[in-house]
Amino acid sequence: MSTTTEVLHQDPHGHGGEHDPHQQHHFTTMEQQFDTSKIGMWLFLATEVLTFGGLFAGFGLMQSKYPMEFIEAHEKLKRWAGATNTVVLLVSSFTAVMAVLMARTNQAKKCAMYLWLTVGCAGIFMCIKAYEYTHDFEEGLYPAKYYSHVGDLIPGSHGYATFFSFYFMMTGLHGLHVLIGMGLMSWLAIRASRGEFSDKYYTPVDLIALFWHLVDLIWIYLFPLYYLIT
Amino acid sequence: MEHTLTSGSVLGDRPRPVKNYLNETTGIKSWLTTVDHKRIGIMYLCAVCTAFLLGGIFALLVRLSLLNPQHTLFGKQWVTAEMYNRFFTLHGAIMVFLFIIPAIPASLANFVLPMMLGAKDVAFPRINLMSFYLWCIGAVMAIGSMVIGAVDTGWTFYTPYSTTTDGAVGLMTMAVFILGFSSIFTGLNFIATVHKLRAPGMGWFDMPLFVWGIYATGVIQILATPVLAITLVLLLIERVFQIGIFDSRIGGDPVLFQHFFWFYSHPAVYIMILPGMAIISEIIPTFSRKTIFGYRAIAYSSVSLALLSFIVWGHHLFVAGESDLANVVFSALTFLVAIPSGVKMFNWLTTMYKGNISFETPMLYAMSFLFLFAIGGLTGIFFSTLAVDIHLTDTYFVVAHFHYVMMGGTVIAFLGGLHYWWPKMTGRMYSEKWGRIATALVFIGFNMTFGSQFIMGGQGMPRRYFNYLDQFQPIHAFSTYGSWVLGSGLFMTAIYLLASLKTGPLAPDNPWGGTTMEWESSSPPVVHNFEEQPVFEHEPYDYRHRTVTHV
Repeated sequence: MSTTTEVLHQDPHGHGGEHDPHQQHHFTTMEQQFDTSKIGMWLFLATEVLTFGGLFAGFGLMQSKYPMEFIEAHEKLKRWAGATNTVVLLVSSFTAVMAVLMARTNQAKKCAMYLWLTVGCAGIFMCIKAYEYTHDFEEGLYPAKYYSHVGDLIPGSHGYATFFSFYFMMTGLHGLHVLIGMGLMSWLAIRASRGEFSDKYYTPVDLIALFWHLVDLIWIYLFPLYYLIT
Repeated sequence: MEHTLTSGSVLGDRPRPVKNYLNETTGIKSWLTTVDHKRIGIMYLCAVCTAFLLGGIFALLVRLSLLNPQHTLFGKQWVTAEMYNRFFTLHGAIMVFLFIIPAIPASLANFVLPMMLGAKDVAFPRINLMSFYLWCIGAVMAIGSMVIGAVDTGWTFYTPYSTTTDGAVGLMTMAVFILGFSSIFTGLNFIATVHKLRAPGMGWFDMPLFVWGIYATGVIQILATPVLAITLVLLLIERVFQIGIFDSRIGGDPVLFQHFFWFYSHPAVYIMILPGMAIISEIIPTFSRKTIFGYRAIAYSSVSLALLSFIVWGHHLFVAGESDLANVVFSALTFLVAIPSGVKMFNWLTTMYKGNISFETPMLYAMSFLFLFAIGGLTGIFFSTLAVDIHLTDTYFVVAHFHYVMMGGTVIAFLGGLHYWWPKMTGRMYSEKWGRIATALVFIGFNMTFGSQFIMGGQGMPRRYFNYLDQFQPIHAFSTYGSWVLGSGLFMTAIYLLASLKTGPLAPDNPWGGTTMEWESSSPPVVHNFEEQPVFEHEPYDYRHRTVTHV
C-alpha cells in the first residue's frame, strides 16, 4: 500500500483543503456525493411506485369484480376538473425543471421564481381537488360505509362504495404527496432566494424536482384510471 | 502485494491506536446522536438481541404450553387458549419484524459492510440513525400493543379475523408499518453505499460475497416492503371504515389480503435468509484458508434468489382458493428457487474440499448452517409439490421447515457472524471453549425441538392448535425438552460473550487470517475505520499469496 495509495488517495478525512462546505466527510468528491444522493432518491421513488402499485392492483381487482358499478360511478366525477388538474400538474413539472436549470446556471432569483410558480400550480391543483371533494360529499359520494348516494342503477351493491373508497384513498394519498411537495418547494424557494444554490451545489433542487415529477406521473395514471374508464 | 502474513503479523505488527470508535467520544449522548455506522450497528445489535430474548421467552412459553395436552404444570392448568394464542402471535411478530429482518443487515452488516468496501461510512449516515429510531418506535408500539390489549391473529394478520377481532391489532399493524420503513432505509443505504463508496480500484466482482448478499437483500427491502406498508394501511382502514376490500361480508376478498401479504412476506423470508448465506460465504473460505469456489456463481445466485423471491408468493395460497393454473405456475416457479440455493450449497462444500479447515466457533456455526439449511431447503421442495403440499399445509411440518430455514439458517448464521466479527467489533476475544460447548448445545437443542416437529407434522398434527390428541404427547414433550437445551445454549452464549467484554484477552487485528478489507483496520477500528484510505490490491479470499498460520 504505498505508491498506488498516494495517487488515488485524496485527503482521507475530508476536513482540510479547499472543500465545499456541503461536502460530507465520507465522500471524496462533490460529484460522488451528488451521484450517491441521486441513487438514494431513485430508490426512494421506487418505494413510492410500489406503494401506489399495491393500490392500483387492488383497484384493478375490484374493478373486475364490479365492472358495471365502476363505470357508473366514474361518471359522477367531473372530467373537466380532472383534465384541468392534469394540465396544471404538467405545467408544474415544467416549472420544476426550469428551477433546476436556473439553479445550475447560478440564476438564484429566477430559480426562486420558478419554485414559487411550482408551488402555485400545486396550490391550484389542491383547490380544484377540494372543490371536487366538496361536490362529491354533497351528493353523498362518501367512501366505505358512509356512502349515501341514492338512485344508483344497482341498489344495494357494494361496488359504488368500493369505487369511492379507492378514489378517496388514492387521490387522498396523492394529495398528501402534493402537500408535502408544496412544503419542500417552498423551503427550496426560500433557500434559493438566499443564494444557497449554484452550479457547485444544487442537489436538493435536483432531487426534489425528481420527487415532484413522480407526483405528477402518478396523477397521469390516476386521471385515466378514474375519469376516463369505459 | 507483499502481504505475506505469518502468525506474528496476524497478531498485529503495529501498535493498537489509543483512540478508537468506542472511546473517541464518551457519554450516552455521544451514542444516541452518533452517525457512525459502527456505533449504530452496535446499538442495533443490542436492540435486536433484546428482541430475540423477548421473542425467545415467548417461544419457550409456547413450548411449555404444549408440554402435555392438559396444559398442566405441577398438576395445575396454568395457561388458557387465549394466552396461548397471544404467546405464539407475539413470538412470531417479535421474531420476524423486530429480530430476524433487521438482525444481520442492520447490526452486523451495518458495522462491516462499509469496512469491507474500504469506506468511511454508509452513504447516508443520518438516514441510518433515523432507521434505528424508527425501529425503536416500532418496537415500543409492538410491545405496547401487547400491554394494552394483546394480539391473537398470528404474525400474518389474516383477514377477516384480523379486521373483526378485538385487541390491539391496529397498534400492532402500525408498528409493523413503521418497522417496514426502518428496513427500507437500511436497504436504501446499503445499495447506495455499494454503488458509490467502493474503495479505489474495487470493481463489482472484487467485492466480498457478503456485500453481494446484503446488496441483494437491499433490493428486496426496497421493492417488497412498500407493498406490505400499503397492505397494512388498507387493513387498518378496513378495520375502521369497512371499505369492503378484504372482508367478504361487505364485498371484499380475503384472498386478496393473502396475495398482498405474501407479495411482501415471501420476499421477506429472503430478506431474512440472504444475509445469513452472505455470512456463510465469508466464514467458510476464511476457516478453510482457501479461495472461494465459484465466486461469480455465488454472487449471481444471491441476485437471482432476490429476483425469484418476487414471483413465488402464490405457493402460500395453494389451498386458499387459487386457480389450478396459478397453482401449477407457482409450483414450477417455486422449484426454481432450489437452483440458486443448490449452487450456493455446492460451492461452499467445494470450497471446503481439500481446504486447511480449522474448527473455531464461527466455523462450527457455519457447518451447522450447511447441515440445517440443507434440511430446511429440501423440505421446502415438499411444499412446492402440489399434491404433498395439500397433506402438509398447516401442519407442524411447515413449522419445522420454517424454523430449519429461519433459525437453523439465519439465526445460526447470525451467531456465526457475531462470533466471527466479535473481536473486530469489541476488540476482545471470547472464550473458545465455552463457544464450542454452546454451539454443540444449540445444535443438539435445535434438532430436538424442530426435528421432532417434522414427524408430528407428517402424522397430521396441525400447527397453532392449543389442544391435541394424546398420541402426540411424547413427541410434543420431547420438542419442549429440546427447547430447554436450545435455550440454555443461547443463554450460555450471552453470558460468555458479555463476560469477554471485561475479561477477554485483547483481540489482534486479524484473528482468523481473513482476507477481506475489514481485517485491515485495527481492532476495534478507529472512527474513520482506516488510518488511511485502503486501496483494492488483491481479490477477496485470495490465499494464494498468503501463508496464514492460525492463531
